[in-house]
Amino acid sequence: MSAPAAPSTTPAPAPAPAAPPVETMTVTVNGKTLQVPKTMPDWQGKPAPTTMLQAAKIAGVDIPHYCYHDKLPVAGNCRMCLVEFGTPMVGPDRKPVLNEDGTPKIAKSVLPYEPGTPRGAIACATPISPGMEIYANSKATEQMRESVLESLLINHPLDCPICDQAGECKLQEYSVQHGKAGSQFVEAKVHKPKAVDLGPRIVLDDERCILCTRCIRFTRDIAGDDALGIVNRGSYNTISAFEPGKFDNNYTLNTVDLCPVGALTSKDFRFKMRVWFLKETKSLCTSCGTGCNITIGSREGAIHRYEPRENDAVNGPWMCDSGRLNYRWVGRADRLKQVLRTAADGTRQSVSWNTAIESAALILTQAPQGSVAFVVSGRQTNEELFLLKKLATHTGAMTDAVARDGEPDRLLVSEDRNPNSNGVRLTGMAFTEFGFNLTKIADGIAQGRIKTLVVFGEDVTRVGIGSELLAKLDALIVSDILPNATTAAATLLLPGAAHAEKRGTFVNVKGRLQKFHKAVEAPGEARAEWEFLHELVHSLTGHNGYRTIEGLFNQMAAEVPAFAGLEWAKVGDTGVTVQI
Amino acid sequence: MHRGAGAYICGEETGLIESLEGKRAYPRIKPPYFPAVLGLYMCPTIVNNVETLCHVKHIVLMGPAEYAKLGTPNNTGTRIVSLSGDVQKPGYYEIQVGRVTLGELIFDNHFGGGLKPGRSLKAIIPGGSSSKVLKAGEVFKLNRKGADGQMTKVDVPLLDLPYDFDSLQQAGTMSGSSAIIVLDDSRSMVETLGNLSEFYAHESCGQCTPCREGALWLAKATHRLCHGEGRKADADYLTHIAQNIQGRTICAFGEAASWPVLSFVKKFRDEFEAQGAADEAAHAKSQGTSSPRSSDPRMTAGSPQTH
Repeated sequence: MSAPAAPSTTPAPAPAPAAPPVETMTVTVNGKTLQVPKTMPDWQGKPAPTTMLQAAKIAGVDIPHYCYHDKLPVAGNCRMCLVEFGTPMVGPDRKPVLNEDGTPKIAKSVLPYEPGTPRGAIACATPISPGMEIYANSKATEQMRESVLESLLINHPLDCPICDQAGECKLQEYSVQHGKAGSQFVEAKVHKPKAVDLGPRIVLDDERCILCTRCIRFTRDIAGDDALGIVNRGSYNTISAFEPGKFDNNYTLNTVDLCPVGALTSKDFRFKMRVWFLKETKSLCTSCGTGCNITIGSREGAIHRYEPRENDAVNGPWMCDSGRLNYRWVGRADRLKQVLRTAADGTRQSVSWNTAIESAALILTQAPQGSVAFVVSGRQTNEELFLLKKLATHTGAMTDAVARDGEPDRLLVSEDRNPNSNGVRLTGMAFTEFGFNLTKIADGIAQGRIKTLVVFGEDVTRVGIGSELLAKLDALIVSDILPNATTAAATLLLPGAAHAEKRGTFVNVKGRLQKFHKAVEAPGEARAEWEFLHELVHSLTGHNGYRTIEGLFNQMAAEVPAFAGLEWAKVGDTGVTVQI
Repeated sequence: MHRGAGAYICGEETGLIESLEGKRAYPRIKPPYFPAVLGLYMCPTIVNNVETLCHVKHIVLMGPAEYAKLGTPNNTGTRIVSLSGDVQKPGYYEIQVGRVTLGELIFDNHFGGGLKPGRSLKAIIPGGSSSKVLKAGEVFKLNRKGADGQMTKVDVPLLDLPYDFDSLQQAGTMSGSSAIIVLDDSRSMVETLGNLSEFYAHESCGQCTPCREGALWLAKATHRLCHGEGRKADADYLTHIAQNIQGRTICAFGEAASWPVLSFVKKFRDEFEAQGAADEAAHAKSQGTSSPRSSDPRMTAGSPQTH
């Protein structure tokens, strides 16, 4: 330590600062000894002493819990994660006491007043210590779990057959895993308020509530709205809203996800569908540029709910209510379902996709360079925008997209309400600021220079290209999902697919490229835009691209600099970050 | 100075701190919230009982060495005993710790002045209602240091038990708050426990599961036993419930609620079983015609269900 340093006149080049080694600690979980970091991220991501629950997770052992949530402050109230444990014995000389074989002697934790009875510790809040042994499945631990479950169930209404949580209920799951079939309880149950109208989107059944306070902590510490609390005392404790019926921030439905039982239910979803019938599809929310990861729950072609899918790079485990409930338009009755072409006599006729693509190819082939303009949407996928760019380049067209802005919030909602504005920019369909070319396009049409307009996913009559301008065009090729003034004026109408009906990628406002998958079929003749765009590019340019989304993505990655090196198969469920 | 509103749980130091911060008096989890480290507004905080602070004046006046001569070795100083129940002179008595026995506290004219005429001693709750009950006639094995300095086990009858921390701990209970409740032979242990359990059900803050659900469960079960709805199996039933509370809660209230039950049933099991058996016999005799004698809706509301 105090050895003199060798004198040196030429100091060695300073080594690159290496990441400090992770300090670890030895613990034993269910007999398996392992090294775990001394500190791990707490609910806010700050380093905190590693807990028994985190250490067990590293060892591959799940400790059941209700109130603990890795993104909420620790409460320690449910007691479900109680585990038996032991620590190395220390003698009066402060030295470890050893067994005959030289291994440290472990003192199991016992009740101080009843040394024969094990004393559990809550794994969620108890830091590990060197040499600690955690008995996550010992007889004593299982007995503690069994008794906590018995306590939770004595006043529970046991109405699983009519409860929306059935099938995804931790009370059900842990009861099967750790509980007893019967109970000794012979008293009258406590009765509490039923079907409480907490707010516009939430109904609370206080009898089902196990008072884990996840909803209170989320609402106070994440949503920043101290709206929920507990009234009354003891077994009569009741979750309540500060102002009854006014629990109304934009994140209330996260409490339904967080509720480990069926106490908090979504007015939108309750009594509509048994969860085990739902097909789960990994997708993205399209309501703003944040790109929250979601799971679409669908059955027989109909979407029943969106739920947030955890992605710490984007939305954590949360999503906003407005995004979550913005799915009904996918199943609207007035969806565009027919491929339509306006004949020479002005009548609209239903045509086949083949005819429509041939027709579009003919229009674009015959159009003189510079007489075509494209208005696309930040709601299209990267793959679609990539193909649209090919068409625009081929026809020497002016292009732009439509900005869609709104009020941002402090948590997830982005000012940019397009899910893929960055995709538009990266594929070169618009400048950084959208709308720069829209007036030029309008002028071009007014002056008769632009005779063909291609519109994807936008109503241009709302952004300065009114019906009177559209009437001056020779051809108006439009693809959209729902009817509007532009689709009404289209000479060729190509019904497209909602994001839930196709596969593709978006780039969010922070440059996260993320995949989404197909949950339901598009209605009628509607098709994924990238499918028919691929055919149109082929007809127009003669270049045959890829006929699969995987191949198309990889082709795009090879041609678009921002996506260089990416492969569909290598973009995981939580996406990758690209340079924006 | 901040006046509390009178909830029992505010006697728990971290519950007190939460209450002082304007929140529900929910005791904090320890670790990490030991008041001396993370107390009021997350600052180091000392929480003391009034009794402790009262000693300070005397320690300062007398000097610590002189003060430590009061009481007995390892149990120094004085305590203020709050004597209540079936004695002639209930009240507060300050004693030197360990210099007075339980028997003296009850029978000596300086203190309780004896039981009521014609009554005999049945039980003593020695350190507040949560301490484990001691039964009349019990003899305890206590460690005593002999003249030769060696520790020996000595038989000490209940009434000869010195009122100090160590002796009561060795007798399986505690001096706790030094509130002594004396019960004579006119008292039903079943009804006494019913009273205590109702108190603990009322005062449980409800934060953590075992105490929230268990305390009211205990109250309902003892309420049944007190109102003609008992069962012979209730002795084991009560023990089962109480054992699943103690040691599993955020604060010591879990022990406070379960220790009376565990000790009452253990030491007066015959009374509980006799009450249960009597109720069952009465029910069998009047099949279908009897109705619960309780009118407390909190204890009997709704139809009894099992799961």
